[in-house]
Amino acid sequence: MDIAWINSALTAARPQAVGALLRYFRDMDRAEEAFQDACLRALKSWPEKGPPRDPTAWLILVGRNAALDGVRKQSRNTPLPPDEEISDTGDAESELAERLDGSHYRDDVLRLLFICCHPDLPATQQIALALRIVSGLTVVQIARAFLVSEAAMEQRITRAKARIAKADVPFEAPGPAERSERVAAVAAMIYLLFNEGYSAGNDPDRAPLCDEAIRLARLLLRLFQTEPEIMGLTALMLLQQARLPARFNAEGDAVLLDDHDRVLWDDKLISEGLALVDKAMRHNRPGPYQVQAAIAATHSRAATAAETDWAGIDGLYLALERMQPSPVITLNRAVAVAKLHGPAAALDMIEPLEELLAGYFPYFGARGAFLLQLGRNREARAAFDRAISLAGSTAEATHIRRHLDRLMAEAV
Amino acid sequence: MLYTLLCYNKEDIVWSWSKEEDAAVMAKLSVVHEKLVKEGKLGPSLRLLPTTAATTLRGPGLVIDGPFAETKEQLLGFYVIDVENLDAALDVAKELSAANPTSVYEIRPIALYVPEARPNAPKEMVKVY
Repeated sequence: MDIAWINSALTAARPQAVGALLRYFRDMDRAEEAFQDACLRALKSWPEKGPPRDPTAWLILVGRNAALDGVRKQSRNTPLPPDEEISDTGDAESELAERLDGSHYRDDVLRLLFICCHPDLPATQQIALALRIVSGLTVVQIARAFLVSEAAMEQRITRAKARIAKADVPFEAPGPAERSERVAAVAAMIYLLFNEGYSAGNDPDRAPLCDEAIRLARLLLRLFQTEPEIMGLTALMLLQQARLPARFNAEGDAVLLDDHDRVLWDDKLISEGLALVDKAMRHNRPGPYQVQAAIAATHSRAATAAETDWAGIDGLYLALERMQPSPVITLNRAVAVAKLHGPAAALDMIEPLEELLAGYFPYFGARGAFLLQLGRNREARAAFDRAISLAGSTAEATHIRRHLDRLMAEAV
Repeated sequence: MLYTLLCYNKEDIVWSWSKEEDAAVMAKLSVVHEKLVKEGKLGPSLRLLPTTAATTLRGPGLVIDGPFAETKEQLLGFYVIDVENLDAALDVAKELSAANPTSVYEIRPIALYVPEARPNAPKEMVKVY
């Protein structure tokens, strides 16, 4: 019995098991403790006896029994029954657990996810809580990913838990409207988590956040197999993650999409993403995640940057602008417009956005690039300087600086 | 006799393997694959995308998102092998299982085999997964 396999089985079972235990105990700390307890017993029992047929049901039952025994032990101070007795859940019990939990499975996991992204919590706390409770990452791992001290992260999670304990999330099965609100809130949290990792680029401590986001999205999609927006969200992240190996050069500097070595893109993630985009489109219920996924898919389908369907991308950004008007989306569309109609048209488009995007690094990067293409070098330099001062990471700054140095040298 | 070996596993686990973990299992399996190719036993073999990418048609008009059935383990891929009998098929399955121990292999005799008929069918392995 491979210990690595046991660990991944415990991680995979975690959302459903903790979700079910939370429904029993209605208390997050008790649910987590019970799950921890069950995991310790699994690590002891599975290598000897082999894994149970249904690891999740086993963990729920053993966790529940262990917690109840803990209560009994405290109240009566009687010795615990031997481990084998507690841990030996035969097929009969496994079926019982299935009956108990099968019908609740979806709402248990959704509730657990939803609690983590409760509207009372600020975004950073939502993500930290989801990583701790649903993904089972340690506080040390999460602290590292957020570039804060362990103590600060411990405090952030404790505060978040205290706040949700007061928030009183209902335990009855939600109605359809409430369920779809919960799904949307969870989707937003997952995308936030992905962006947290994506914007960190090649930082080894932060990049795994993207994998975690994809894992949670697949989980959500398995629960809601017919939701086109969840297909879109999952596809969007898969297609963006597929480009990771090409996003940075050997020195760790950012590489523009146009300059990616597309051979490095991960075909496996791309095929899964494209399959999900196809499935979502069939529903004819477009939404922002689907449109963004379709944009990412258009890039994925182009074997070289020159073969990119910029007219298609322009149309998709236009659709996205209509769904959620935002200067950032207009800025993105301007890149497609520059390809289609030249830099002057793109510059006209983004000029009115300057005030709104005054603190936004990519605005000045794009503006600089358009100006440079028009030969307005002095203005381009000013835009690039502004971009460097706003860059969020050294990779971003280095990228612009290099761009600036090379093109300015040529222009002189 | 033609058999198919159907490989089942929990896809939430398999699809959260890291690139390295996945590559390690595939490397072990490819040793078995090469051996089977040398012995002239290996027919077409497929690895499938997860069931979240599946669509199911029930009757001519009803298209459902997702797999045929919600199960604890999912069909992840299959082999077609040409061996003498069930014992020989089990031997092959045991070798695959040794390379990929957490997966379960179901052995099913093949009743009808339609060969590859695309004129431009690839002769080499295509890694789209």
